[in-house]
Amino acid sequence: MSSCFQTLSDYGLRSIGYGERLLPKTDITLCEQFVLIGSGMIWNIYFAVLALLLGFFFATVLALGKNSNLTLFSAPCRLFIFIFRGSPLFIQFFFAYDLFVLLPRLGFDIDLGFLVVTVETRWLTKAWLGALIVLFFNTSAYAGEIFYGALLAVPSQDLESADAFGFTGIKKFRRIIWPTMLRLAWPSYTNEAIFMFHATTLVFFTGFPAWQQKGDAIYYASYFADKTFNPFVPYPIVGFYFILLTLLIIGFFGLINRRLNKHLPTNERKRLRFNKYNLIR
Amino acid sequence: MFSYCVDPKTLEGLMWLSCYVTTAKHMSFYFSFLVVMGLLSLAAPLAMAFGFAGATASRSTFRIIRSLGKGYLAMIRGIPDIVFFLFIPIALDQAFEYLRHKVLCSDVTEPIRQGNDFVVCTAAKLPLNTASEWVHDIYGFSLALLAFGFVFGAFAGNVLSGAMAAVPKSQIETGEAYGFSQSQIFRRILIPQMWIYALPGLSNLWMILIKATPLLFLLGIEDIVYWAKELGGIKTGVYEYPHPDWRAWYFGVLMIFYLSLTYLSQSVLDKISARLSQGQATMAGKAG
Repeated sequence: MSSCFQTLSDYGLRSIGYGERLLPKTDITLCEQFVLIGSGMIWNIYFAVLALLLGFFFATVLALGKNSNLTLFSAPCRLFIFIFRGSPLFIQFFFAYDLFVLLPRLGFDIDLGFLVVTVETRWLTKAWLGALIVLFFNTSAYAGEIFYGALLAVPSQDLESADAFGFTGIKKFRRIIWPTMLRLAWPSYTNEAIFMFHATTLVFFTGFPAWQQKGDAIYYASYFADKTFNPFVPYPIVGFYFILLTLLIIGFFGLINRRLNKHLPTNERKRLRFNKYNLIR
Repeated sequence: MFSYCVDPKTLEGLMWLSCYVTTAKHMSFYFSFLVVMGLLSLAAPLAMAFGFAGATASRSTFRIIRSLGKGYLAMIRGIPDIVFFLFIPIALDQAFEYLRHKVLCSDVTEPIRQGNDFVVCTAAKLPLNTASEWVHDIYGFSLALLAFGFVFGAFAGNVLSGAMAAVPKSQIETGEAYGFSQSQIFRRILIPQMWIYALPGLSNLWMILIKATPLLFLLGIEDIVYWAKELGGIKTGVYEYPHPDWRAWYFGVLMIFYLSLTYLSQSVLDKISARLSQGQATMAGKAG
């Protein structure tokens, strides 16, 4: 047991570069597999959380843009959604990586006032930024389509009431349209969030290299499967972690769902449940 | 391919290009598009069979079968599909070799798992070491196909069991009132009526399946991703047709291929859905 604590302190943060440098090669213990795969989960959570957070806002913009009467706004949003929903994420990763590699290596200075950060284009070829951008665009497109569908489903009476009460512009959107849109979209959006967490497992199998063996959960799982020639241990461990994560997501999104549905009579509220969420992307 | 392609060094412009895109390796690249289509056309029915079995099992009256079916349908909700794509081919391969080892080499007493090795006798190897190249290819492809069938079967099972649950209860009760047996109700009432409820989910699944085909690359198949990487990479002067890093172009082509495939599918599926909605008591049905 104490040796497992040792392993935890050695490899717990291995995926982000702290602790023991060399990965275990022989006599791989169950504890080492659990710890290193768990360590890799840091990357899965990093990618998915940031992509979803940023994507949420961009998706709202895309949905409003697609709904716009002006072709100038709607056409680019339609095209963006079509491209990212119509092609495989796997190919998007390769395509983006190869484009980023072709970019000249430039450095930009960004003056934050108290600190000057040099932004370099070669960061784009690293997974932490390049893959994040692809995931961000991808989830924005999927969520944008979900929000667009919900936007069309906002009851017209709500809008008429808003007009009657003199709501206009930003205020009408912020107070009337947006909350209803979110409420209607929420079950599908929860589904999209789960798919996004699952999609992060693709990152280190595409063009983006795992630098110094800093990879995600499935990167370490496939490492162990190669080394021990026994797939029956590492992959179920990944599965275990992801089931936990999925339940957490459903719990968290369920709380938001409850808040979005608070004003409805109890019999009209819909709960999010693991065995009920739809699998439509 | 063309007669003037004998010495690529002397070629220029379009002539060079026409020779370049007709090399033997490019022919393999074009062939791999057919492999994708083949996978799609085989994986879809296989997934439907798996899904149908899963959905039926999850409604079984036997508790063990029911929990097996429910477990199969639920696991895809929690675990990323890539885990299954990596796991199933190795697991199946080892399972087959293990069984063959037990049957063909029953005299060997050494354990199969020796530390970090998986050792079976030569006769139990799949495919046999002596087998020709295409046997290896077919075997790899079949394992990949099974993985696709299993994963998308679980997806389809969810869609189908949802559709079965959506068939109005009164329809089933009517069947019972007319003295139908359980299997008659299943065949004559439930199955014919569930399709319209299953259609949106199945259409979506088809799109997900299309977008999952490049994962063949993960399974070690020489698919379009493999060839795009191979052909697009920097070719030095040693190579007959030297060119700079063209991978972005090759993957751009793949993007266009997939975009047109999904676009085509979507328009066909929209037509089918409009067709099947005719006369149904739904919004889409009444509008038409």
